[in-house]
Amino acid sequence: MNSWSPNSLGKQSMIEINGVQKSFRDNHVLRGVDLTINKGETTVILGRSGCGKSVLLKLIMGLMKPDQGEILVNGDNVASMNDKQLSGLRQKFGMLFQASALFDSMTVDENVGLGLREHTKLPEPEVRQRVAEKLKMVGLSAVEHQKPAALSGGMKKRVGLARAIAMDPEYVLYDEPTTGLDPIMADVINELIISLRNTLTITSIAVTHDIVSAYKIADRIAMLYEGKIIFVGTPDEVKNTDHAVVRQFIEGSSQGPIPAL
Amino acid sequence: MAKARFSYTPENIFTCVGRKTLTFLEDVGGLALLVKDIFLSLPKAFSRFHLTAEQMLVMGVNSLPLVALVSVFTGAVTAVQAVYQIQDFIPMRYLGTAVGKAILIELAPVLTALVVAGRVGAGIAAELGTMKVTEQIDALKTMALDPVEYLVAPRFVAGLVMLPVLTIFSDAIALAGGVGISATALNVPPHVFLNSLKTFFKTMDLMSGLSKAFVFGSIISIIGCYQGFRTKGGAEGVGRSATKAVVMASVLILIADYVVASILFG
Repeated sequence: MNSWSPNSLGKQSMIEINGVQKSFRDNHVLRGVDLTINKGETTVILGRSGCGKSVLLKLIMGLMKPDQGEILVNGDNVASMNDKQLSGLRQKFGMLFQASALFDSMTVDENVGLGLREHTKLPEPEVRQRVAEKLKMVGLSAVEHQKPAALSGGMKKRVGLARAIAMDPEYVLYDEPTTGLDPIMADVINELIISLRNTLTITSIAVTHDIVSAYKIADRIAMLYEGKIIFVGTPDEVKNTDHAVVRQFIEGSSQGPIPAL
Repeated sequence: MAKARFSYTPENIFTCVGRKTLTFLEDVGGLALLVKDIFLSLPKAFSRFHLTAEQMLVMGVNSLPLVALVSVFTGAVTAVQAVYQIQDFIPMRYLGTAVGKAILIELAPVLTALVVAGRVGAGIAAELGTMKVTEQIDALKTMALDPVEYLVAPRFVAGLVMLPVLTIFSDAIALAGGVGISATALNVPPHVFLNSLKTFFKTMDLMSGLSKAFVFGSIISIIGCYQGFRTKGGAEGVGRSATKAVVMASVLILIADYVVASILFG
């Protein structure tokens, strides 16, 4: 197993992204991304809308293949996995989608319990109990029989989160976890992400452009700009950096090296 | 703002033809790959029978009222027009044969398939298309579930089984329509109609219609799923996929009708 990389000395790295490039026709979204995700940490990837943050998550899960470079999860290259290996890999992951992506033909119980029902041989009462447990962890009860259409945006996010952690994953990927929520609900989600990391010791990657959320949940923040990671540091290092691009982004200014339009 | 007009320069025409050709080849390749994946995942459709049963309900049982309505009028109009076409040279006691063969071999399977393509094919494309644009398909994959196994295989099996079943209902209802209109408006009593139907009936008449239905059923679900998976963009993309699914399925149904007929009767 190859878990060594220059920027993970002293810590066990779980995911290594080396020189990853990805283009869609003429649009070079990722132009050589290098990043190491350490075990048990929450890494936040910051960047403007459309800069390729979500693409990076999809590459890690093997939903897309990189044009160049490699993504190692526990030392195995995702891009060269066959369908069976990918299926095994994905069972170690949970993902919270930007718009929750709940299956709207299923009830909340069926959504959260889908992985358990399909991949384990647990008896039905046990599955129901686990579903109720996970829903309780995200602060929901008595919603099992509702369809997603009957839930508010914040509740959908929380059900999505319960579904992401239902199989007790090693990794959880969050795609814009607070986008589209009111500030109070956004903070509820932030608190949930922190408590999941602390109670379940999950390794997390969150992509967002919400600075408040990033400061709160991150152990390390990486900034993606023009298809590359241009800065990695703790929230405090980000706050105090004099890197012009990072400063402009965290201050939310239209003046600076990042073109506003 | 003035809209840029398409100018018929040779370059533009070649670009347009080239793009259409590429899209066509992409569709052929994409469909071939989807069919391969469907066959590989068929065993799973039986292990998750509840999903297949759900689709059978949607495709079969819920389509029955519409199919019945279309069938009864098909039978009636076939009888009325058969009288107009044959009355000068064939005795009316053979009306049952003419109407029956037309219904069993051609009209019931084709019209049922076209109605179901409009109703169910568009529904499949819209449902899977919405799942695609709202990332539900990606969510399935992240949960280590194969969308072809989970979504396509049950719909494929449901189409394969339910289209022949619907066609049998359509045969019966259309014949009833034919008998009814012959007795009430065309002066051919039911026993005369049914006798002539029986006298010249061949098992092949029924089986050829059902073989067609079998093929049409798979076309409807495969095309619906294919267009659903290819959906891009938001609501507009979903609408476009639903339309494309109906058009593509209808055209392929008529082409397949000719091919199956040529094989069986040629």
